[in-house]
Amino acid sequence: MYQRERERERERDYREEMARSTGKDAQALFHSLRSAYAATPTTLKIIDLYMGFAVFTALIQVVYMAIVGSFPFNSFLSGVLSCVGTAILAVCLRIQVNKDNKEFKDLPPERAFADFVLCNLVLHLVIMNFLG
Amino acid sequence: MAAAAKAGEATLRHAFGNVLSFFILLLIGVLAFSIRLFSVIKYESVIHEFDPYFNYRVTQFLTKNGIYDFWNWFDDRTWYPLGRVIGGTVYPGLTLTAGTIWWLLNSLNIPLSVETVCVFTAPIFSAFASWATYLLTKEVKGAGAGLTAAALLAMVPSYISRSVAGSYDNEAVAIFALIITFYLYIKTLNTGSLFYATLNAIAYFYMVCSWGGYTFIINLIPMHVLLCIVTGRYSSRLYIAYAPLVVLGTLLAALVPVVGFNAVMTSEHFASFLVFIILHVVALVYYIKGILSPKMFKVAVTLVVSVGLVVCCAVIAILVALVASSPTKGWSGRSLSLLDPTYASKYIPIIASVSEHQPPTWPSYFMDINVLAFLVPAGIIACFLPLSDASSFVVLYIVTSVYFSGVMVRLMLVFAPAACIMSGIALSQAFDVFTRSIKFQLLRILGFSEADAGDGSSANVVPENDAVKVDKSEETIKERPSRKNKKKEKEQMEKAQAEKTSAKSKTEKRLLVLPMELSVIGLLLLVFMGAFYVVHCVWAAAEAYSAPSIVLTSYTHEGLHVFDDFREAYAWLRHNTEVDDKVASWWDYGYQTTAMANRTVIVDNNTWNNTHIATVGTAMSSPEKAAWEIFNSLDVKYVLVVFGGLVGYPSDDINKFLWMVRIGGGVFPHIKEPDYLVGLLLLFVETDGKGFDRVRRTEIGKKYFKLTHFEEVRQS
Repeated sequence: MYQRERERERERDYREEMARSTGKDAQALFHSLRSAYAATPTTLKIIDLYMGFAVFTALIQVVYMAIVGSFPFNSFLSGVLSCVGTAILAVCLRIQVNKDNKEFKDLPPERAFADFVLCNLVLHLVIMNFLG
Repeated sequence: MAAAAKAGEATLRHAFGNVLSFFILLLIGVLAFSIRLFSVIKYESVIHEFDPYFNYRVTQFLTKNGIYDFWNWFDDRTWYPLGRVIGGTVYPGLTLTAGTIWWLLNSLNIPLSVETVCVFTAPIFSAFASWATYLLTKEVKGAGAGLTAAALLAMVPSYISRSVAGSYDNEAVAIFALIITFYLYIKTLNTGSLFYATLNAIAYFYMVCSWGGYTFIINLIPMHVLLCIVTGRYSSRLYIAYAPLVVLGTLLAALVPVVGFNAVMTSEHFASFLVFIILHVVALVYYIKGILSPKMFKVAVTLVVSVGLVVCCAVIAILVALVASSPTKGWSGRSLSLLDPTYASKYIPIIASVSEHQPPTWPSYFMDINVLAFLVPAGIIACFLPLSDASSFVVLYIVTSVYFSGVMVRLMLVFAPAACIMSGIALSQAFDVFTRSIKFQLLRILGFSEADAGDGSSANVVPENDAVKVDKSEETIKERPSRKNKKKEKEQMEKAQAEKTSAKSKTEKRLLVLPMELSVIGLLLLVFMGAFYVVHCVWAAAEAYSAPSIVLTSYTHEGLHVFDDFREAYAWLRHNTEVDDKVASWWDYGYQTTAMANRTVIVDNNTWNNTHIATVGTAMSSPEKAAWEIFNSLDVKYVLVVFGGLVGYPSDDINKFLWMVRIGGGVFPHIKEPDYLVGLLLLFVETDGKGFDRVRRTEIGKKYFKLTHFEEVRQS
């Protein structure tokens, strides 16, 4: 009987230790992510902010559609896809402008930005046509 | 000095090569255009078959009334009494293209008629398609393979069959759009430039406008992206190539009225969204891997996997429930009949009855791609050495297109460009090996030194590099035990390596080179094979694929007769009936009747309403009184029937009769197929008294009978 109680205590201690260690791991992971991200250059952080804003707008639109209904479906589609599209194009720009990316080191950032503007132009032309 | 001279030589050679390529491409374009002109020379510049007449009529409307009326056109002269919304159910790419060309030429004061522009659109775009094949294959393997592939595509009979002058159908421009979309995708994948990604989306838009086969592109490219991710070839260029295409492509596809919201709601597009999500997950994983240390990354992985797995399972369960709730699992009937070849014959007999939707026979493969059937496997192997993103894409393209071409003979057309690309690669590699061998052997025979022989051919660089790599690894393994004096060892190693390299490369060159006689014979045999291919293609284009089915020929004992029965019949209808009269016939002739006779028809080739077609089929297979009642309820005044027994025309209404019974029986159960198999019910036949059916080579059963409810108005 004593033995079984001791086993149960050992199991409980083991589980608590695992939970504590995963909690500590999560905290350590969070800290290292934060510190690694803080080291990225400001230009890239601005692009990331823009991307986050676009995704946030898309989420707001989806929530609105869930509340109000999807009647002019083409407007909903064009709104959400324009937000998602600008986010993706921002990611592409970030990839091309990032100095750590060895594949794009001979691409001048002005060319990357010009491509970004062109693609956005086409995207928004299509959006305005589809908005209805 | 020597280096500068060598550089000058290299640029001169490059310039000469470029000029040569340009002229070769020009000639290939001229070849592609002129091989398709046989029917114009043998018959006349007329539009062939059935579907092109509908496209021609739509183009006429567009050029006469402008684009806004075209978008909003509701056609009440077909599918009486239902009508058809043309603006929303037609793929506008072909008609808009031809309309633009006509408008451009007319504004430059070159007064070509709409019919001429329509007839010659297909050959012009086939020239463009061969240039696009050159660009695509150049991205995969280099300019030599590109030129060979372009030359092969210009002549391949499968493509000629659907793009001959006068075949004014969607595939004429759609194949060009397909190849150029693939080219721009590969170019974006190779360069990682967002500019080409934008162009890729626009080319995809053109493809969606032109043909329903665009679903092939939007499923093949995600499959390729998935393949790259799974085989560990993920790179940021892949993200740039795929992600903007999905967003822009979906939006552009939704812009086309035919597709509309199907772009986000049907299963044909779900693969692209699924791979889109997977790509983002993989991109995020790589990003986090890049900014974290390896230990922390392992922690992150264990944490995320446990949580993510639960979320993933929940999402997949919801998705599966959504998709399974629709009876066709979200796929359209045509796509389902491709994935499950037995689907159409069980559920949609109309799709099964079209002859181009049948599976092809083995001889038709050899007829349609000829010599390429042997070269394709060699091309697939050549794509694997070395395997790059672009060559894995082409391999995937050919494997999927072979499967689909085996399901439906019409899709041999999608298989043809893939076969040409593969064969171009194989032929170009073979020529490379043979000519390199001949050059090396010639130089050796003429007594030049080994070093010069090595400098002369740059194509030897690849095998030399391999030899050097092998050497380096061997050297390091040998030198590792003795590392006392590192610098001295390094110097020794480098010298030894240099010596060994030159010696090994000499042996390597000797191993990779074939004897002189063998390469000359091989070269000659390849040239003969090419000659056979050309002869076959020209024969196929001239004899097999240039018949405009509107003008018929038949060989009687008096010689060659040319019949213009179809056009005479339509002209009679046009001139001798009221404008509002309705004409009933089997759906094959609907498009031609509305285009040439300008009368309202009951059913036509669009076959979108099965019940309506079944009504006509029932009327055709019922006895006179019942047929008269059905036709009267539809306000029909004239019935058009085609009978080919007198001249030996095999694809007439009697051959299609069993399909009329099957389709009618599918909707009206009192028509049962077994009733018609034994005693054929002929509605009306009027011969010159002999009563012999030349197609079926039998005597006609009931010869002299009187029609009570119908009156024979005209016979040609």
